Order: sequence, then C-alpha cells, then structure tokens
Amino acid sequence: MIRSEVLKSLLPVISDQFVVCNIGLPSQELHMMDDQPTNFYMLGTMGLSSSIGLGVALAQGQKVISIDGDGSVLTNFGTLPTIANNVADNYILFIVDNGSYGSTGDQPTYAGQKTSLTEVARACGCENVVECQAEDASRVMQEALDSDKMTVIVCKCESGNIKVPVITMDPVVIRDRFMKELAARNA
Amino acid sequence: MSVNDKIVSDFVNNQIEFVTTVPCKQLAGVIDQVDANDSIYHIPSNKEDEGIGLCAGAFMGGKRSAIIMQNTAIGVTINTLVTLTQYYRMPLPMLISYRGELREPVACQAEMAVHTKALLNQLNIPTYHFHKEEDVEELDAILKYTFMCNKPVAILTDASFWGGY
Repeated sequence: MIRSEVLKSLLPVISDQFVVCNIGLPSQELHMMDDQPTNFYMLGTMGLSSSIGLGVALAQGQKVISIDGDGSVLTNFGTLPTIANNVADNYILFIVDNGSYGSTGDQPTYAGQKTSLTEVARACGCENVVECQAEDASRVMQEALDSDKMTVIVCKCESGNIKVPVITMDPVVIRDRFMKELAARNA
Repeated sequence: MSVNDKIVSDFVNNQIEFVTTVPCKQLAGVIDQVDANDSIYHIPSNKEDEGIGLCAGAFMGGKRSAIIMQNTAIGVTINTLVTLTQYYRMPLPMLISYRGELREPVACQAEMAVHTKALLNQLNIPTYHFHKEEDVEELDAILKYTFMCNKPVAILTDASFWGGY
C-alpha cells in the first residue's frame, strides 16, 4: 500500500475527527478524497504538522490527529520531545513512514534506512508508540482514538504517489472553517 | 512593578494563555515569570519555528498565544512566519531579545543584530523597539494591536531595556 491507499483506508475512522494534514501530497490527497471543515491543510511550512496539531490539542478538548510524514518529522525532530513532555490525551500523531520524501520525488529518507522513528519517539519519552503495517492502519487508529491516550503511530508503507490536483482554496478559508467547526463542537 | 511582572501581567490581561519560549540570557527572568504564572500554559520549544507552529495550533484551538525568543531566531523562522502565520492570517506577539545592540559583550551577536530590523521590515512585520525601561508601557497597546490586525508583531527588547546584559 502507498500513502494515498493508507489515507483512503483511514477515512471511515478519521472523517469525523479534526485532522491537521502535512504539506504537499498528503494534504492534496485528503482534500481530493474527503474535503471538509474538520481538515486543516498545510499549504506551506514543511515539518510543522505535528506542532500545529499538538497546539490545537492542548488548547481545547476535541480529539486532534496530525497526519505527518517520516521526512517531515525528520525536518522538525525537536517536536518529539515536546510532544512527549506535554501530554495531551486528545492528540494522535500519525506518521506515514514510506521511507521517502514523497512530495518532492520520492528521494529516500534516513527513516527508510538505519533510523527508526518508532524507537526515536520512545527514546524521546513518548509513552504510547505503535508501529504498524499499512494494512493495519485503520484498526490501529481506531484503537488509539478509543484509548483516550496520546498516541504516536508509525505506519510503514510503500513509497509512491498518485496524480492529485493542488489545493486552490484560500488559506484563510481553510483556517476559518476549521476554527468555526472546532468552536461549534466545543460549544 | 518589575519589567518582567509588567510583561506577564499584560499578557494575562490580554487573554494570552499559551506561551512558547526558546531561552536567551536576557529573557531568563520573564521566562521564569511565564512559567510561574497559573493563567499561562508554558511550553518550551526546541526550535523557534516549532514554537510558531505550536502557537498557530493553539490560536486555532481558541487560545491566544505568544512566543518569546532571541533575534537570531528571525533567521530560522522566516519561512514559517510567511507561509503559516502571515499566509493564514494569524496573530502572534513575538517578544524578542535584541542581542548584539549596545552593551552586548558577545561580538557574534552583532552579526545578526545588523540584519534584524531589515529582515522584519522586508517581511512587513510591525516592529517595536524597547530601549528604555519605560518603553514597556506600550506593550499593552501593542498586544491589542496584534490581535486586532491578525499579524505577527515583533517587540525587540535590547540590553539597555533589560538594564544591561
């Protein structure tokens, strides 16, 4: 399974949840398959999906899922100790680990070589770290949602992309509808 | 009231409840005060762009946020300021130690100091420079301005403001 197939398999589980989605193809794929106000698409700033998602989770009570990539976590490695030390049980970090920088042409990352993001996350102090295969992503995500515990999921999958249109929605619209939906659910 | 007390009290009075920090020697006192304040969730960041991401998230989650960092951070946060904070139109007060100004003992700090205002100017970031202790009286108005216009706003605080290095 490649990333787009993993995201598709997650839709029945995450469609009703607040999702902060990584820049580039992951956001474009989610936007194409299941656009809705609960999705926050990153149009810039590689690496910050986990930080933005943690900020949202710490600020309010709804569950928040950050969809990130192995390359983006490597870009913002400092995020894992911050997550570990600021426990938000309404937060799930889902790392699509395809061992490559998918949006830029599938260049290999170190996570696909000697570096295990699962072990790094544990070493940083994250208490619930689950590594799974792509086929199990949906079940593992459901279990994480049901657990009410902050969870880091490292989902190993194959490298590869599908053709998707870019997101032309205005960033302020993306942000505004996300905030309004979040405020409504918290009301 | 000390400068540190005044800054944190202005933060609290402007409903800032989420503050991220990356330390600087000049900011040690205010960071301690932020950490000690029960109305503020203090979340130290490992890098300033990470901190700006956290602040963006907290803002979307309904909490006013702010970042406290050194001016060297301008060098590592430009992309984040432009493609996240400005692009999505989010407010972000940035309390910045302005290292490399008068009374600076570390020569290397002057290298970034000479670029600090030029970079902020290039980014169209409203910038205020606290040089004397009484300049802190403007902080409340600057914070209100920031949340009025939904922009990142820089408050540069030099060694003279802090009473020396």
